[in-house]
Amino acid sequence: MTEEKFDAIVIGAGMAGNAAAYTMASRGLNVLQLERGEYPGSKNVQGAILYANMLETIIPDFRDDAPLERHLVEQRFWVMDDTSHTGMHYRSDDFNEPTPNRYTIIRAQFDKWFSRKVREAGATVLCETTATELVLNANGRVVGVRTDRAGDIIHAEVVVLAEGVNGLLGTRAGFRKVPKPETVALAVKEMHFVPEEVIAERFGLTGDQGCVIEAAGTISRGMAGLGFLYTNKESISLGIGCLVSDLAETLERPYALLDAFKEHPSIRPLLAGSEIKEYAAHLIPEGGFKAIPQLFGSGWVVVGDAAQLNNAVHREGSNLAMTSGRIAGEAIFAIKSQRRPMTRENLSLYKAMLDKSFVLKDLRKYKDMPALIHTNSRNFFMTYPQLLSQAAQNFVRVDGTPKIVKERATSAAFIKARSRWGLLSDAVRLALAWR
Amino acid sequence: MTTSVVRIEDKLYQNRYLVDAGRPHIKVRQHQSPSSNLLALTLVCPANCYGVNEHGQVEVTADGCMECGTCRVLCEENGDIDWSYPRGGFGVLFKFG
Repeated sequence: MTEEKFDAIVIGAGMAGNAAAYTMASRGLNVLQLERGEYPGSKNVQGAILYANMLETIIPDFRDDAPLERHLVEQRFWVMDDTSHTGMHYRSDDFNEPTPNRYTIIRAQFDKWFSRKVREAGATVLCETTATELVLNANGRVVGVRTDRAGDIIHAEVVVLAEGVNGLLGTRAGFRKVPKPETVALAVKEMHFVPEEVIAERFGLTGDQGCVIEAAGTISRGMAGLGFLYTNKESISLGIGCLVSDLAETLERPYALLDAFKEHPSIRPLLAGSEIKEYAAHLIPEGGFKAIPQLFGSGWVVVGDAAQLNNAVHREGSNLAMTSGRIAGEAIFAIKSQRRPMTRENLSLYKAMLDKSFVLKDLRKYKDMPALIHTNSRNFFMTYPQLLSQAAQNFVRVDGTPKIVKERATSAAFIKARSRWGLLSDAVRLALAWR
Repeated sequence: MTTSVVRIEDKLYQNRYLVDAGRPHIKVRQHQSPSSNLLALTLVCPANCYGVNEHGQVEVTADGCMECGTCRVLCEENGDIDWSYPRGGFGVLFKFG
């Protein structure tokens, strides 16, 4: 194998790596994919929601055999204080369609399936192999990789870095920096097993319909953070993530946050009687557009989480990963089929194509959002949730107090907590960042 | 504090690991007293891999590590720790992920 020169080496068998490897191999390129886990998926962690559209573009008939858990018919957004949640639920029969839009998945199972497709497309997939170093020639061009397996350098015309948020190769080579604590969130998650019919009953679901809850508020104790609950076929994925810089400042234990979230009176009944079978932790890129590193260079491109391609506002990551992997694969194929070399200039095609896609358009739209949320985290994740809960309770509790008095009390609470100017400025800044 | 330590062991017990005995993938560099970020790891690490010894120095036992990279993000740049991936096939093996 060391004698052979590949058209491309893909580092990592997550969403981005599999999309890139599949795209190139199915177009006839000679592709080697390296994965450090025992099997594809064994190092990968996600909530997880699969966005069908982006996978369909790569594998149109994926629904025939992909391991899908439930198609989502209901999304609940919750703002929580210590004893309550104020919810906005969206449920629609439109989501019961022949080709559903979103599914819950279990990554270890899904990634094995995706990897099988990659192998069927003709790529060589080598598991239990940690890539340790990019090899550069005298001109600074990437010409291959070293691994922890005995043997020489493995050569390729281009290396696709799909090594995840915590990837080592690109940072060691100086192509990008290790993420800053304020640009990544640490999420911890448990898998709660509950019989299928119990999930159906608790969430009002039939067949393979699914429901997700995304929750913000005092559960993150003033830190920028988010809790989530996703229904799988016979399990519930439950987790909470907070910005690493906030955790380092508050010194909160992540698993204590998770346990408190589980014990919240709005969550506890949904998990009652469950059997926990796994506890996982993973970083999520949260820096948005401004944290995206250089995406290509001489003999290399970077895709997915490694490139910080995550839309924190919409909680989308795997679709950006798949799409960036696919586009990188298409760009490399286009360059290769014109018999041009994998120079920095030629590989800029990847960035140009990505610029035209939803990936960079969406991230550019929300470029000011991370700074806003992260610098005002206590207001957004503690003060406003508490005010909202008080307002909702004031609205629904009937105790003989005239309504006009209740409304004045609600307004006074907002002004006392944030001042008129503070409220206005929060609203304006939010609107500007959202725009 | 004791109870949360007990709970984290219960959580990690659910997971599958293949520990590469004698080859830890994270090393704490020698120090007299830990930096604030290094000390923070004793609380912030989701697998509770970091602890303080009798001399007030931070030590790591990475057997329960889930390879998230939180410690790398906080302590690699300042030189407090050396972080590598475990050898291929070793480390945490998520059943569900």
